[in-house]
Amino acid sequence: MRETSITVHAMRARRVDRIATSVLIAIAASLCLLLGIMIGYVLVMGAGKMFDPSFLFGKPQQFKAGGGIGPELFNSFYLLVITLIISVPLALGAAIFLVEYAPDNVIVHVAKMAIEVLASLPSIVVGLFGFLFFVLMMGWGFSIISGALALTMFNVPILVRVIQQALESVPLDQRDAGLALGMTRWETTLFILLPAAMPAIITGIILSAGRVFGEAAALIYTAGQSAPVLDFTCFDLTNPSCPWNIFRPAETLAVHIWKINSEGVVPVLTAISDGTAAVLLVCILLFNLVARFIGRTLSRRLSA
Amino acid sequence: MSKVMSHRSLERLGRGLTGSCVAISFALVVTLIVMVTYHGLTTFIVDGISPVSFFCGDVWNPHETGDNGVPLLGALPMIVGSFAVTLLSCVFALPFAIGSAICIVEIIPRIGRTVIQPVIEVFVGIPSVVFGLIGLMIVVPWTAGWAGGTGYGIFSAAIVLAVMILPTITSLSVDAIAAVPQSYRLGSYGLGCMRWQTIWHVVLRSALPGLLTATILGMARAFGEALAVQMVIGNATAIPDSLFTPASTLTSILTMGMGNEAMGTIPNDALWSLALILMGMSLVFIAIVHLVGRKGANVHA
Repeated sequence: MRETSITVHAMRARRVDRIATSVLIAIAASLCLLLGIMIGYVLVMGAGKMFDPSFLFGKPQQFKAGGGIGPELFNSFYLLVITLIISVPLALGAAIFLVEYAPDNVIVHVAKMAIEVLASLPSIVVGLFGFLFFVLMMGWGFSIISGALALTMFNVPILVRVIQQALESVPLDQRDAGLALGMTRWETTLFILLPAAMPAIITGIILSAGRVFGEAAALIYTAGQSAPVLDFTCFDLTNPSCPWNIFRPAETLAVHIWKINSEGVVPVLTAISDGTAAVLLVCILLFNLVARFIGRTLSRRLSA
Repeated sequence: MSKVMSHRSLERLGRGLTGSCVAISFALVVTLIVMVTYHGLTTFIVDGISPVSFFCGDVWNPHETGDNGVPLLGALPMIVGSFAVTLLSCVFALPFAIGSAICIVEIIPRIGRTVIQPVIEVFVGIPSVVFGLIGLMIVVPWTAGWAGGTGYGIFSAAIVLAVMILPTITSLSVDAIAAVPQSYRLGSYGLGCMRWQTIWHVVLRSALPGLLTATILGMARAFGEALAVQMVIGNATAIPDSLFTPASTLTSILTMGMGNEAMGTIPNDALWSLALILMGMSLVFIAIVHLVGRKGANVHA
């Protein structure tokens, strides 16, 4: 009697186990399917435009069919470069301080907490602060520099976390060896820790670049929603049509998608926004691939 | 002696340089919090809008005054909208996210950890406007098709947000589940438990704090998302009758309104108050994550 009840129990357990396993696999499969379909949809819908040079490099049009995303494409990359120029040194410094120097006191705890708070603020709040502080108070107007600083606020917490983890994962022996050789902490960091942590740091920077590249909410009120016509022969840095001028407004790809969809004054709207979304997505996927590739190559070369 | 001095000054240089980076970041955060708080409180302190009518009023029409001569600033529709899309998107996303995470770690670890997990991490980085665009192209027409109406509304926004936070929650849940010590599982198998019994009674239970953190971070992301929501929710500033009629959230009204109102006017101040609510909520989310983390640490200790 007792034996049969145990058998029944075991049978039921096994049946439940089988059902649970298949349900879990079905869930994971549907998640993959959903994500795959989404990427496929965007790429397929935009494929027609993606390989059309007049779209990729042409000027945008309003109230008129046709039109490209040339300035937006350039702005996205230029803004990204300026953002990285500002945010990488800042994040590197902050992370080194937190890992190497930070005394264990209240001020440092508060500073750490502040960086964490920054990481979780909605990007629209960061964008509005940028609008208030950089655009209005500093008087820089809707400009690349305002946008880059807003993106820096968005990017620094991500980078600090990545760099901190990279530095902390360097074996303790290496740090001790440097210090034992009579090097200062600063020299140990520069010549031993940073090179050892470099693959992880570079991977982290490229991945964060992908996030920055697709950010829109922080930019609509900082870098602006207009893309002046760019003249690549112009090197007068005060001229609004000079591409390198950091005080000109610069609409990026992500902002462009949002703007044309919420304004609705662009004919063939869906074709343009699908094409832009596909270009944006391909850029992000490329950032990811490059990050993985570089990370792998660098760590192989270092460990060889 | 000079050698020692140069060492010391080198060290001072390093400490000063890196310390000032922390100081700059810290100063920026403090400036942000102070400025948003200051502008957000202006509505109540300078413009004399009562907080009660602001949080409980359900008419948002900043350019018109009510019977008592005060502008109609009731933020309740937006607050309700924000919480509704956040909760609903979590309800949609959680079963998929946690189910997939269990599957990746416990059932098909080979493919899961080498193929599915990296792919999901790529999805975490997909720009939110792309999700908004997909919502506009697919979700809104689909919802309109079976629910009637325009298709814009809380339901569509929740679907878009659910898809958007799915990779985030999944990826963090994978980390939480994978962090459960292997010895716990072996102990459970040793007692004769099946895999599902082990997952349900042992793995999920000890990964609970991590799963909670993952969920809250996903909620925070959904709550703060602006553009993807603004594109599909319809932006009607009234409390909607159903999930399928146009509504609005704090972020969607901020996105649309800030460009239209001049600084220093009452409608503009009111928008800053919405931003203040948004910031306050994200601080609450962080606080919860900290509490959960501390509690989890205590349990494991």
